[in-house]
Amino acid sequence: MARAAVPGRLNRGASWRVAQLVESREETGTARTLVLEVPDWPGHTPGQHVDVRLTAPDGYRAERSYSIASAAAGNRIELTVQRVPDGEVSPYLIDVFSVGDPVEIRGPVGGWFVWRSADPAPVLLVAGGSGIVPLMAMVRARRAAGSRVPFRLIYSVRTPRDAYFADELRQRARDDGGLDVSYVYTRETPDGWPSAAHRIGVADVNSHGWPAELEPTCFVCGPTGFVETVADILVALGHDSRRVKTERFGPTGG
Amino acid sequence: MADQDYTDGNMLAGPMRELFAVDLTAATGRCANCGLTGPIAQMRVYQHAPGLVARCPGCEEVVMRLVRTPTSAWLDLRGAVFVQVPMPAESPASW
Ligand SMILES: Cc1cc2nc3c(=O)[nH]c(=O)nc-3n(C[C@H](O)[C@H](O)[C@H](O)COP(=O)(O)OP(=O)(O)OC[C@H]3O[C@@H](n4cnc5c(N)ncnc54)[C@H](O)[C@@H]3O)c2cc1C
Ligand SMILES: [Zn+2]
Repeated sequence: MARAAVPGRLNRGASWRVAQLVESREETGTARTLVLEVPDWPGHTPGQHVDVRLTAPDGYRAERSYSIASAAAGNRIELTVQRVPDGEVSPYLIDVFSVGDPVEIRGPVGGWFVWRSADPAPVLLVAGGSGIVPLMAMVRARRAAGSRVPFRLIYSVRTPRDAYFADELRQRARDDGGLDVSYVYTRETPDGWPSAAHRIGVADVNSHGWPAELEPTCFVCGPTGFVETVADILVALGHDSRRVKTERFGPTGG
Repeated sequence: MADQDYTDGNMLAGPMRELFAVDLTAATGRCANCGLTGPIAQMRVYQHAPGLVARCPGCEEVVMRLVRTPTSAWLDLRGAVFVQVPMPAESPASW
């Protein structure tokens, strides 16, 4: 079943290879982080994703994209998957896929929604729900590179319990220097939070983002509707649409 | 919800890499209908049509369509005036 990957430079990322789940940990009540060992992994740029392919015993196949959450490090990559109720692939990856199991992946792919540590422009990251995943890879790569490029992250989640990587983000904001993290809660806020639960709006992006005059690179990722709202706000606030990079994960659920 | 039932050109990265040796998401395309020019990554991609259908974010016309059969791939580019692919002398780890 396992076809050997051909790691020639020209078709890097083009062919399917077999990865193995070596560790899995709960991220939130509805999301898991999967650590995959991928032989001959060529490395990746933060923001890139892989395609995951599942094959049923009858030959039926399903393919989905998952962003890489980790900074490049050897032959291991981390994916963080949110359970979409009634979904075909995500419940399998969360509930059934176990340590030691193989899975086919293709990648890394995607050369546009990526942050390169050599780029000196300030960065604004805006995440909705699981849209934090590729942006977290950027935060982690920034640290790994020892970069001083100023980053601001605005993270929209339903409740405090739905935030991925919350402990690590707290620690990075404290230790990394030049990384600011702010949250928007859409359904339930922490105790004593200064504002009521609400969907992200102009005021949030204006007060926690960068002024357009600084010409930041903006990365916006999450459900389709969220991404569209935030991209419109950024352009309305004067950001050049060419500096607003977006990635849509699909329908706005629930 | 149905009116947001699409992702974007970023998801074409893997399927396009099966066809081409370069990353197409960072390429620039021009819509034949309205003339909008922008990165392939920012097109609207509908996956529930036969194959993958990429529509212009400006006018919603179909720019590209990719249909995969067991023996071939059909890439229909009739909605694009051109696709311009960045070709730096060297692009380490960018694929
Ligand atoms: C470039 C890219 C990167 C992605 N990265 C990640 C990632 O890092 N982590 C992650 O969890 N997901 C990510 N996604 C989304 C992922 O590819 C799947 O769409 C998602 O896991 C649902 O797949 P499924 O097979 O479980 O559901 P499906 O069987 O495809 O869908 C079941 C039902 O859920 C709805 N639905 C489909 N997708 C979503 C969604 N994303 N949110 C809410 N409802 C949905 C459908 O309309 C349908 O009604 C990414 C998508 C893209 C295009
Ligand atoms: Zn158009």
